[in-house]
Amino acid sequence: MSRLLSRYAEAIYWMARYIERAENLARVLDVNETFSRDSRGWQNWQSILQLYRDEERFFKNNERADADSVLYFYTLDQTNPTSIISVVNAARANARTLRPLISTEMWIQLNIFSNTLKSLKREELTEPRLARFCNTVKETCQTHTGITEGTFYRDEGWFFYQIGRCIERADQTTRLLDVKYHLLLPNDETVGSPFDVSQWNAVLRSAAGYHAFRRVYPSGLSQTEVAGFLLFHSQFPRSVKACIREIDDRLTELRSTYRLRGGGRALEELDELCAVLDDMTVQEVVNKGLHEFIDWIQIKLINIHSELGTAYFGDPPFLESDAAQ
Amino acid sequence: METTGAAASGPLSAYHSEGFFCEMLGGQHAPAEHTLRIQDRLSALDLGDLRGRARDAELELYSFGITFTVYTQKDAIDRILPFDVIPRVISSEDWNTIEAGVTQRVRALNLFLWDIYHDQKVLKDGVIPRDLVEGNANYCSEMCGVDVPNGTYVHINGTDLVRGDDGHFVVLEDNARCPSGVSYVVENRHLMQRSFPDLMANIGIRPVSNYGQKLHEALVDVAPQGIPSPQVVLLSPGTYNSAYFEHIFLAREMGVPLVEGSDLVVENDRVFMKSIDGLHPVHVIYRRIGDDFLDPDVFNPESVLGAKGLMAAYRKGNVALANAVGTGVADDKAVYAYMPRLIRYYLDEEAILSNVETHICREAEGLAYTLDNLASLVVKPVGEAGGYGITIGPRASREELEKCRAEILADPGNYIAQPMVNLSVCPTLTDDGVGARHVDLRPFAVTGRSTWVLPGGLSRVALTKGSIIVNSSQGGGSKDTWVLE
Repeated sequence: MSRLLSRYAEAIYWMARYIERAENLARVLDVNETFSRDSRGWQNWQSILQLYRDEERFFKNNERADADSVLYFYTLDQTNPTSIISVVNAARANARTLRPLISTEMWIQLNIFSNTLKSLKREELTEPRLARFCNTVKETCQTHTGITEGTFYRDEGWFFYQIGRCIERADQTTRLLDVKYHLLLPNDETVGSPFDVSQWNAVLRSAAGYHAFRRVYPSGLSQTEVAGFLLFHSQFPRSVKACIREIDDRLTELRSTYRLRGGGRALEELDELCAVLDDMTVQEVVNKGLHEFIDWIQIKLINIHSELGTAYFGDPPFLESDAAQ
Repeated sequence: METTGAAASGPLSAYHSEGFFCEMLGGQHAPAEHTLRIQDRLSALDLGDLRGRARDAELELYSFGITFTVYTQKDAIDRILPFDVIPRVISSEDWNTIEAGVTQRVRALNLFLWDIYHDQKVLKDGVIPRDLVEGNANYCSEMCGVDVPNGTYVHINGTDLVRGDDGHFVVLEDNARCPSGVSYVVENRHLMQRSFPDLMANIGIRPVSNYGQKLHEALVDVAPQGIPSPQVVLLSPGTYNSAYFEHIFLAREMGVPLVEGSDLVVENDRVFMKSIDGLHPVHVIYRRIGDDFLDPDVFNPESVLGAKGLMAAYRKGNVALANAVGTGVADDKAVYAYMPRLIRYYLDEEAILSNVETHICREAEGLAYTLDNLASLVVKPVGEAGGYGITIGPRASREELEKCRAEILADPGNYIAQPMVNLSVCPTLTDDGVGARHVDLRPFAVTGRSTWVLPGGLSRVALTKGSIIVNSSQGGGSKDTWVLE
């Protein structure tokens, strides 16, 4: 019988999600800074607000979505719960709760990470220094992942860590695709234009997928190829399919190793998602509408999250109608 | 080893104990011989090196999150307990006395608690006034007739000791509820081992790192009968508690879950924790929350820190609580005054560690003496902890003394008075080099079937020059405490 407290399971799951989120946010900011210029070198910082659906909150306190204010909003603004500092603080708060369970190395590294961010000042983080900052955040998140891989005892908690990380990663990849397709929807003239190609290029790089993509498609770059790669390529660690497979495997292993009774409904959701990802081709997706497909995946991810909450975290029973709203 | 040359130039060369008993150098007429090697090694370091290592050590505490949280109206600030790198050293002879004295005291406390919650012989025999016990805010009538395993009420006891001018340790107070600070004892040692391996090599210092194991053994000792491997948990008020670091530390060292009230549920007078696979039985709870918060059915109905129905399960013997409920009556500052008599009554022995002479203001004689000698006494409210509300007569202004007098007269039962004890000093790294600062000592005793005393204890140091208030909430720090083999 498992003795892992429900509260701990939930905290581990969220700690992993927050770190994955911080890493992805750093990727998005970094790539946007470098690659998202239009043909006249103009950068679109508002697209990031759209990506995370933060426009309403942002414009409450800011007049314009210029580089400086958007960057501050997503890096050091502690009043914004979706900033890197807030997300890392949330990971640290969960780690603090989990101190009895996680390795001391994991805790110390996160504690220092959070203390370091708190010591940074706004003027130290202007646009020219952004790339270095984003790199530091990415590397620090990856250091966390490495320390976790090497020191975290692999009992039930470890499975919740892996599941949380992969759900977040799948979610981030779908958002990246969606913002390109849905909000920067090119008009007919720009499809296939140098501008369009450079944007798809940026999407790939946000997901650290440019070089992997090149190994699969040695020349050229089309939106269908990029979308297909990020959705379906099972060897690419940030693709939706790779993430969903990982969650499916981990949950199955968790349930059988610890003979857990709950979690069956989450597994059913996962199996359905896996089946669709296995069967569909990217051409079918594009024909039916990429945005609709991504919406469907995100609803599935929310369902899985909620079923995990009901089965393991002590949440009240989940009704599918809640997610649709 | 050369003992003269180095001392002339090292960090201790300008050190003066300022007339107090010194933990490093000894008393005025009895120099400490057991610390000579340590003095030599300290003298071989230069002040800059000492400061550099001290800075590194404090940074490490901050990075490790060995912090307590101070809440202001706006922020939660993580502070480290300031750590002084110059150790406090205790000879093996002194330690033997402390260990025997603390063990004796714990035995008497447990016998006293059993008695007042059962036959009350001590009250019937008039050894201690009945109303002092039964009228005490921490006396818990819910405990009458409850049999706790092995008769152990005080599983973890912290005895606050100070050393006066004559070099003898005396007891300042008992902490029989949830004494804190043991995590610093162990972490301070680990920190010293990392920062000063050269200072410690081959000195022969008794280890402290098995505290968690000893505590777990004691807690298993008091589990309900017939359970092959009892589930022990540590119950914490949660991450916002200022001692949360210590709760983490103890849970980790024992290898037990750290639970909060919301993780526990009581069904059919049995306690369970909520796991990912449903309810899992709990047999022993090391609780770090006060009696009042344990069970909203019985105590504070507003409390969400404990578990509804816990007391019923406890009274039936289905779960053990450490410390037991109702121990607060024994570490009360007024009951403290009777401890030498209680030791004699229950054990037929003289107290190995003496009390500080105490005047009880609830008694006419004590009140009169206190009011007549206010300027030379230390006056303490009996209900307060953490060094709050204390008036130090010799250092108080006339207004402060008059305020104190008025407070005593308004509620004499709330006060005791003691003569000013000259706390011993220890060389301590300060902004002006190494200076003398006052220290106390809190050894920790762990009791399941028998009592074990952690060799060492928390040495708290008043970092402000001349101050004798060592509490962390009021500018105190801590030192590593070395008990020599």
